[in-house]
Amino acid sequence: MTEHRKVLIAGSGPAGLTAAVYTARAQLQPVVVEGEPSSTSDQPGGQLMLTTDVENYPGFTEGILGPELMGAMRAQAARFGAEIHTAKVTRVDLSHPPFPVWVGDASEPSYEVEALIVATGARSLMLGVPGEERFLAHGVSTCATCDGFFFRGQDIAVVGGGDSALEEALFLTRFASSVTLVHRRDQLRASKIMQERAFANETIKIRWNSKVTEVLGDTKMHGLALVDTVTGQHSELPVTGLFVAIGHEPNTAVVRGQLELDDQGYIQTHGGSTTSVEGVFACGDVQDHDYRQAVTAAGSGCMAAIDAERYLEARGS
Amino acid sequence: MSAKIVQLDDATFDEHVKASDVPVLVDFWAEWCGPCKVIAPILEEIAQEQAGRLSIAKLNVDDSLDVTRRYDVMSIPTLLLFKDGEPHARLVGAKPKAQLLKEISAYL
Repeated sequence: MTEHRKVLIAGSGPAGLTAAVYTARAQLQPVVVEGEPSSTSDQPGGQLMLTTDVENYPGFTEGILGPELMGAMRAQAARFGAEIHTAKVTRVDLSHPPFPVWVGDASEPSYEVEALIVATGARSLMLGVPGEERFLAHGVSTCATCDGFFFRGQDIAVVGGGDSALEEALFLTRFASSVTLVHRRDQLRASKIMQERAFANETIKIRWNSKVTEVLGDTKMHGLALVDTVTGQHSELPVTGLFVAIGHEPNTAVVRGQLELDDQGYIQTHGGSTTSVEGVFACGDVQDHDYRQAVTAAGSGCMAAIDAERYLEARGS
Repeated sequence: MSAKIVQLDDATFDEHVKASDVPVLVDFWAEWCGPCKVIAPILEEIAQEQAGRLSIAKLNVDDSLDVTRRYDVMSIPTLLLFKDGEPHARLVGAKPKAQLLKEISAYL
């Protein structure tokens, strides 16, 4: 049975849930297809589910835990009547409205929707080097907050040079006896405050101009093979844990070929949240490789909700 | 068999998994783990639906380091399926309900 709805929101990070709060309050009875449980950043609640303290979301003087913030946003959306499904949008047909939307492994569309809000976010990139997959959960982790605890008293490495890499490195110093930050260049792109914190922390060492070429080990990981990006010299870093924080890619698989993407593969938005297809709106990290903050995602979710509401009003539905 | 989820620790773990006459799925979790929270309601549903065929137990890794180390758990959530006190399957990471059920179905 295909159900007709005014608005469907794909994704449930700060963007998707803010869009849900606004469209629910506007009496549009939104359905939120929130995603599926996973230990990667592509899961209900989004990337904040893998963080601990969120210190820069306005309104929380002492900060708030990422999963707690997302739990509150979800409850807030539900309170205004948003219908939330723990499943993934697997296919959409954006040729003309109402747009059919397939959820999970359904063979026929679960919904046809007048407006679609795409808030599927971005997921963390992995290195793609030999050994990385084999040692997943045996040294290699995609979630510092989940797994840092198991590296108490060990020497471990974080790869990356942005804010998330430094956040992970700083968090991991609570457990590890040393954290080596492996970065391919000779400077970090992280914010100044994070750099200062990292440089001031004696547990964090930095390996500049270094790239990981392999994760080494037999049954458990025992090191990383590195290559110096300037001299080309090879070396081995004896660590028993690896956390990867080298950036993100947008979750655009279901709209690829149907929506205009920018040169980095993110959904191209014009004047607010509108996309290349009328009736389809995008918000959050799936359309933003520039700011990528919880608060900007939430802001753009609000914009998408208001844009969708105006669009529906103009169509007289 | 009760559908209630039992909380285990280092002291109660061995006896519980050995004494059970149905397989026991043990959820290694912690308060600070986001993905653990995401699968908690799924495990509650499975406990209800599979009552009599499977029992579900939780083990907080913060409080139960011995058992956690013994089974080499280095990433949570990890689900271990015990039959007659022995581990038979290991599922690492949060997964959708259908996938969890599929992965444990062979042991039920």
